[in-house]
Amino acid sequence: MKVLFIALGLSLGLMAQAKVAPNASADPALEARVMVIAEELRCLVCQNETIAASDADLAIDLKNQIRIKLTQGQSQKQILDFMVERYGDFVLYRPPFKPTTLLLWLGPFVLLGIAVLMLVLNVRRRRRGAQPPAMSDEDQAKARALLDTPTHN
Amino acid sequence: MTSTTFKRFLPLGIFIVLVGFLAIGLTLNPREVPSPLINKPVPQFKLTVLSAPEKTIAAQDMLGKVWLLNVWASWCAACRIEHPVLVELAKTNQVAIYGLNYKDKSPAALAWLANFGNPYVQSLVDADGLVGIDLGVYGVPETFVVDKQGMIRYKQIGPVTPEALRDTILPLVKKLSAS
Repeated sequence: MKVLFIALGLSLGLMAQAKVAPNASADPALEARVMVIAEELRCLVCQNETIAASDADLAIDLKNQIRIKLTQGQSQKQILDFMVERYGDFVLYRPPFKPTTLLLWLGPFVLLGIAVLMLVLNVRRRRRGAQPPAMSDEDQAKARALLDTPTHN
Repeated sequence: MTSTTFKRFLPLGIFIVLVGFLAIGLTLNPREVPSPLINKPVPQFKLTVLSAPEKTIAAQDMLGKVWLLNVWASWCAACRIEHPVLVELAKTNQVAIYGLNYKDKSPAALAWLANFGNPYVQSLVDADGLVGIDLGVYGVPETFVVDKQGMIRYKQIGPVTPEALRDTILPLVKKLSAS
């Protein structure tokens, strides 16, 4: 009886697994190429995942599309272009570098530049301010006299 | 303003600008991704009619009229919310509504229409979701406004609300129908 339950549990597990990649091809090389492209594409249903990582219905459909297009001999660029034509730049997990995304790409470096500039200016100003005020010769002599006086103890 | 008061208020100024950006960010909906299909022709399709499986409708059959393409499915919860709005719209005869029955089972879809009313001139069967992919569908329901030349002019992501109809969709339909 116990064995039966274990067998049942195992087969249920297998069924669940089969659902994850229903159309995965038996060719591991092809699957690897599908996944490389799927890593580049955002799952629009679950925005912060790639379609490679997602099990959403749409992600599975899109992976099937990639698989079909690869077997038709299309290149990675052709497939990515196909997706962008339909879903827009947002579908690319790495946004392209173009005028509308300039701020996105360069903004952090501009901010870093401003921060470094402010730091440099600040440090320079402090260094100038921190210089000991010049002592007059008279004060110097006094200090010297005090320091040179032998202590009594 | 002297240099010291300027310096004193600089952090406050930066803070206010930052709050401004964040406030604008809060009003944006990250789920609404602008469609690259706006002002592009509706993708080619030739699909079976839901209520009459022996018939098909193709994209070019629709040329010459302004129409709405509403992507729906019987498994889609938000479609239930949207549906009464479409049923009301259909009664006014202002624009032809076609359905794209997306990744659905036809018997379930037909039962759904029988239960909740049928606002569609016809519903087209997209069982494998391929036309959905061509349309860049990622969240059902979605609604497209297509003009007489077969160009997509607007895309509503998520349910069509009475406000969206009144403020955006119907004025656009009126404008497109007049041209």
